[in-house]
Amino acid sequence: MNSRPFGDLTPVPVLALGDVLLVTLPGELHDGIAEQLQQDITHRIAQGNTSGVVIDISGVEIIDSFLGRVLAEIASAARLLAARTVVAGMRPAVAITLAELGLTLPGLHTVLNTERAMDLLASPRSPAQEGT
Amino acid sequence: MEQHAAADSAAARLVGSFLERRRERIAQRWADEPLFRMVFTVSRDEAVEASKAVVDALSAVAATGRLEDIEAPGFRAVRDQLGRMVASRARSGFASAQIADEIAGLRGSVTEVLRGEFPDPAAPDAKDCVLSLALLMGTLRLVVVETALSAREELIARQRRQLLEVATPVITLWQGVIAVPLIGTLDSARSQVVMENLLNAVVSEQARYAILDITGVPTVDTLVAQHLMKTVAAARLMGAECIVSGIRPAIAQTIVHLGIDLGTVLTRAGLADALAHALERQGIEVSPHAPAGASRA
Repeated sequence: MNSRPFGDLTPVPVLALGDVLLVTLPGELHDGIAEQLQQDITHRIAQGNTSGVVIDISGVEIIDSFLGRVLAEIASAARLLAARTVVAGMRPAVAITLAELGLTLPGLHTVLNTERAMDLLASPRSPAQEGT
Repeated sequence: MEQHAAADSAAARLVGSFLERRRERIAQRWADEPLFRMVFTVSRDEAVEASKAVVDALSAVAATGRLEDIEAPGFRAVRDQLGRMVASRARSGFASAQIADEIAGLRGSVTEVLRGEFPDPAAPDAKDCVLSLALLMGTLRLVVVETALSAREELIARQRRQLLEVATPVITLWQGVIAVPLIGTLDSARSQVVMENLLNAVVSEQARYAILDITGVPTVDTLVAQHLMKTVAAARLMGAECIVSGIRPAIAQTIVHLGIDLGTVLTRAGLADALAHALERQGIEVSPHAPAGASRA
């Protein structure tokens, strides 16, 4: 479907809103772009002044085990750099499929929409969230 | 062999024309048979009309020579009517087998009329015709039973769909708190419907808390527990916290005995406890009426 060479694919933009990074994933995500995104986010956090990452997946129709792993790795890397990662807006069909596959994205906060993700990041860390 | 087939189709055509010619007489006799008499209780004319329609269908089938084909186009016209007759008999408590017997009972009278057509009942022609007619009536019996079965299957499928829809309502207990009271056994198909309904409600109600109440679930085995865990996991992925409530003491013991680990699932004893937990987590405080004169907090 995607016949363009890998180098031509536009990377996913990472927006900074105050001390929060906002990433909106496109409907179709090339594996290479996902890896690129992972590096981008980690570098941006490492530059400092980032307390949280919000990944909006409301447009994503398919999450496979690879994308699930990328999300989990982004979260673990961010945690090492003292930032929290929140995944927002998963569709019901996607959630059902992931649950059926047993991919429950452990270690990731999931919320209904980006607004709640911002609320969550604005709230002080509770001891329960610190652990994940 | 081919001679045989030719004789058969000749006999079939003879039977067809016989049925057409004696339509009135056969219909009059059939109207007195138990099947038509019991279904069309109001007027005999109606029974005669219905009989005529069936005779017409039989003669059309005989004319095409497809004596043993239940899909023969001639039957198409009477399928509806036969279905209604069978349904009416079934409603008065008759089993399919009894109805099939009643259809078989129609054969006696029509054979009698056919025999009357031939001066010598022992002639080969007469025998062939009687045989063809018997085949044709046997096919009619099959058509009726098949019609009855497919009607019943349709009914069952419709009821199953209705049950799936009716049995899993999602209710909003509070702003941002939804609940699904589960009643009956959770199988894979139902738990799928429950999950879909629940997640769609999470989106439409913008719910933060989803309560699965299993007070009405009689038994919890490993499969049901697995379905519950899947639903909880999916709700969590959507950003809603899922609480399982209404675990009865016996079920709690079963779960422990089976060694099922519900460790990742938040559980509460009753629906009220689950609601209280959800409200508490949202910072909503519910207190009894403040005593008169008490200052507002």
